[in-house]
Amino acid sequence: MTNAYIYDHVRSPRGRGRANGSLHEITPVDLASQVLASLRDRNDLDTSKLDDVILGCTAPVGEQGSCIARTAVLNADFAENVPGKQLNRFCASGLEAVNTAAAQIMAGQSDLTIGGGIEHMSRIPMGSDSGAMHADPAIAYKTYFVPQGIGADLIATMQGFSREDVDAYAVESQKRAANAWEKGYFDNSVIAIKDHIGMTLLDKDEHLRPGTTAEDLAGLKAAFVIPGQQGGFDAVALQKYPQVEAINHVHTGGNSSGIVDGAAAVLLGSEAMGKALGLKRRARIRGFSSIGTDPTIMLTGPAPSAEKVLSRCGMTTKDIDLFELNEAFAAVVMLFMQRLDIPHDKINVNGGAIALGHPLGATGAMILGTVLDELERRDLNTALINLCVGGGMGTATIIERV
Amino acid sequence: MKTIDYRVDTDGVAVLTINVPDKPMNVMTPDFLADLKEAVARITNDANVKGAVITSGKDAFMAGADLKDLVATFDQRTDAAEVYGWCRGLQQSLRKLETCGKPVAAAINGTALGGGLEICLACHYRVAANNPKAVFGLPEVQVGLLPGGGGTQRLPRLIGIEPALQLITQGKHVKPGEAVELGFVDKLVEPGTEIDIARTWVLEEGDPEQPWDKKGFKVPGGAGLMNPSVIQTFMVGTSLLQKMTNHNYPAPIAIMSAVYEGTVLPMDTALDVETKYFVSMLMNPVSRNMTRTLFINKGAADKLVRRPRGPEKRVVTQLGILGAGMMGAGVAFVSARAGMQVVLLDTTQEQADKGKDYSRNLLQKRVEKGRMTTEEARVLLERIHPTTDYEDLRDCELVIEAVFEDRAIKADVTAKAEAVMADDAIFASNTSTLPITGLAEASKRPKQFIGIHFFSPVDKMPLVEVILGKETADVATAQALDYIQQIRKTPIVVNDSRGFYTSRVFGVFSREGINMLAEGVKPALIENVARHAGMPVGPLAVTDEVSIELSHHVMTQTKKDLGDQYIASPADAVIEKLMDLGRKGKKAGKGFYEYPQGGRKHLWSGLTDLYPRASEQPSADEVRKRILYVQAIETVRCMDEGVVMHPADADIGSIFGWGFPPYTGGTLSFIETEGLAAFVAEADRLTEKYGARFSVPDSLRKMAENNETFYSSAENTPRRSAA
Repeated sequence: MTNAYIYDHVRSPRGRGRANGSLHEITPVDLASQVLASLRDRNDLDTSKLDDVILGCTAPVGEQGSCIARTAVLNADFAENVPGKQLNRFCASGLEAVNTAAAQIMAGQSDLTIGGGIEHMSRIPMGSDSGAMHADPAIAYKTYFVPQGIGADLIATMQGFSREDVDAYAVESQKRAANAWEKGYFDNSVIAIKDHIGMTLLDKDEHLRPGTTAEDLAGLKAAFVIPGQQGGFDAVALQKYPQVEAINHVHTGGNSSGIVDGAAAVLLGSEAMGKALGLKRRARIRGFSSIGTDPTIMLTGPAPSAEKVLSRCGMTTKDIDLFELNEAFAAVVMLFMQRLDIPHDKINVNGGAIALGHPLGATGAMILGTVLDELERRDLNTALINLCVGGGMGTATIIERV
Repeated sequence: MKTIDYRVDTDGVAVLTINVPDKPMNVMTPDFLADLKEAVARITNDANVKGAVITSGKDAFMAGADLKDLVATFDQRTDAAEVYGWCRGLQQSLRKLETCGKPVAAAINGTALGGGLEICLACHYRVAANNPKAVFGLPEVQVGLLPGGGGTQRLPRLIGIEPALQLITQGKHVKPGEAVELGFVDKLVEPGTEIDIARTWVLEEGDPEQPWDKKGFKVPGGAGLMNPSVIQTFMVGTSLLQKMTNHNYPAPIAIMSAVYEGTVLPMDTALDVETKYFVSMLMNPVSRNMTRTLFINKGAADKLVRRPRGPEKRVVTQLGILGAGMMGAGVAFVSARAGMQVVLLDTTQEQADKGKDYSRNLLQKRVEKGRMTTEEARVLLERIHPTTDYEDLRDCELVIEAVFEDRAIKADVTAKAEAVMADDAIFASNTSTLPITGLAEASKRPKQFIGIHFFSPVDKMPLVEVILGKETADVATAQALDYIQQIRKTPIVVNDSRGFYTSRVFGVFSREGINMLAEGVKPALIENVARHAGMPVGPLAVTDEVSIELSHHVMTQTKKDLGDQYIASPADAVIEKLMDLGRKGKKAGKGFYEYPQGGRKHLWSGLTDLYPRASEQPSADEVRKRILYVQAIETVRCMDEGVVMHPADADIGSIFGWGFPPYTGGTLSFIETEGLAAFVAEADRLTEKYGARFSVPDSLRKMAENNETFYSSAENTPRRSAA
């Protein structure tokens, strides 16, 4: 098997995913193109060597539709021979794009690829692509579909995580993210996004709220009480989990991932191609796995997907220096730490989506780059990147510096 | 044509008057379906016919199918393709009607339900008489079906998906005025003018094309999953539907799917989608179960199918009630509501008055809600006469005692009442647990002594269990049943036994829940699974509601009466323990649950200390089986012992008495649905694991071996509609 190496990574800053967000005025294609162009420019890349550009996107409709990857390739003025494909594994799409781009290299069918993702949530809101999973009555009925926040609250209830517990986790995420920005830990990967006359729109994540305290968070209303009770979703969840007397709704906008706009791209290639192009290998993709778990509780995929990839690589959690698990909801990360016995100081060391935001289709590629930068800064070797995924799935990737 | 009077007037309007002979209401008989097909052909082919008006020759416009035919279809286990074939008949006739090229108007003179309303929806224009008694609706869901004559397709295309779903998934009825507001009736007119106005429309405006057959048609409010509000409707609708049905009723979700899938299709394909869902519901046992028990057999019970024919019908004009507690007061209310004078007797005037106040409160609420006028309430209340004087019982045709469940007290009031009652008056005991034959020993005339067991709260619970003592004569049975019909409740008739039928089987339900608690099963699992299985309340919650004190009292009395014969269960010790701790139930503010003031009740955390959780918890399916099987098996024992004499009574009593889930069709239909052989095998496994209370009587084993069922197919009248 050919090894797939990571040669570089760039990402956009994450703009508030609302009408007042700094990236709201530019189109998703423009946002993705600037990230691709930056990856080309800083590596002085001959793009005609690229075999494929794969972008994750969870709402590939409207201006994110009709294969945004190829659209962005064309808009970024890559060579005409570079194809593009868009894929969707919900929240892990960005990581899945990297995995797929790596897989093409590992299988010997590509030499140089880009995997990444795009989600412009202020322009194409979450759920714009609709779907049978939650709205075809026969399917939603058969699978006991509930919105993911209900699943997060169900996890908290079953694990006994109180509102204070999840809020404390969120406070720490804000603290770590603020610290990382202050110390410049993200500088290597974050590029400024500009308008077409060259003025900078955003060069720093704008969702985070440094200095957030537990008291601030305690004042927020639990977000899923109304859908849970009036929408009937609590009752549906309990039909699947009858051992639970009632769901304790603990998740709020303050301890869940933020809605943001963003894009990311990772340059991957074989050793030979890297040499030919004069690129420096930063890390190797050790392995990756995805898995399905119960779709109702939906967010329990991370631990099994981590175990699956560890086992495929012949590794244990002890062999991993840093963990990066998307902070979709505080309880998801807390459950993962509990299940796999991961100390808090080894996971999400620079904060996560609670502070920084979660541009659905791009996050996986972003956090892979974040943890790679951190491995280099700390001079450590291995990291496991992991996301909980809609439909009960989980996706995990292990990288290793070279 | 036998069922449709077809006349073409001088203006060239064909007036079709539906009049199905020998039926009080127009229903879709095979003859009618053949006639409809013929009438549609005549309208289409007769060049002299310019258009048509459809109306009814009876007070109501038309109801739907004949339910007996539907049950027969299930029992014949017909092949799906064959059922599909005959289900398309109505569908095709109506589709031909709306595409015949001539305008057709419905002149809806009265109630139009199910297939009756679907005929109207297939017309191009609907005129409804403003008849205060008329209701319109698609109630098929109540018998586990969906509208099969285009209702799931035409209604959403007329009024939008969300309002259509509300009507169809709940089987709701609406008044003519509401139908106009919703938009599926075009015009509301003075009764008697509907045919003329419909005819005028045909002649002057008549558009022979349905909106959905016109180019560019859009479902009002949108359809399909690229429409955000439609997404929301189906997503939240499916969730609320699951909350309501606990996945036990297949029809509501089939309706949702038929509407979801059909509303993005052209009409012909959409109707086919509906027909296929209709076929799958028709072949589902839930539909058979609900139709047979809730409609056919309950209807027969309401018509007093069990009444001995000999004694003449006798109306109760004056009723005596001994004991003005919760039950006595409730019986007084429902009897006064039925027009009887009620003598409500208790030991003190104050207590008797308090019993009357119960009705006063209920009436006040009804007046406040506008369901009754002040005058009606006053008249009703005046019929209740609280007293302490037994002399007042002199003219009562029927006296019902509802005093404390204690033999001595009951014997005392029996003697006092009989001392003044007329020779032909009947004495009834509203006991829920004490054998009638024993109580009748206190009577001078045990032939006129009978049990009439009401359920609490009396004004809401539809069932009354009539219990025959050893000596009870037909005249008493007939009188009791006539009285129950007067108060518009559903009777079942059972023989004497401890707990009779309903209390006895209800008792094994709550005890099985408590047994599981004693074994260390998580209380939330017990309670949730019981509710998910379709019981209205979990076994622990219901024990709290009837009070642990009462359970304890019954248990103690039973132990005393049975002596060595008493079979103890782990639940006994649990009841003793909670009594010792003073956790007497909901009224006491604590039992298996805590009842915080102003908050929601929740399971008492101390239960876990008393009954530590077993390390291995049973699956939800296992808990569900235990809960449903234990009740079904006890019912078979009641049949075996002759306590219950008819399977229909067992089924009706289980659903309307203690809330056995309606989708099962009742405790015995549940066994039939599981399949007798499979049921016996599963019961054997449960016996092995949990004990003799799951052992099936030999009679059931034999029935299973011989492939017998409780209901003979003859009872289901194997006629089939040629629809």
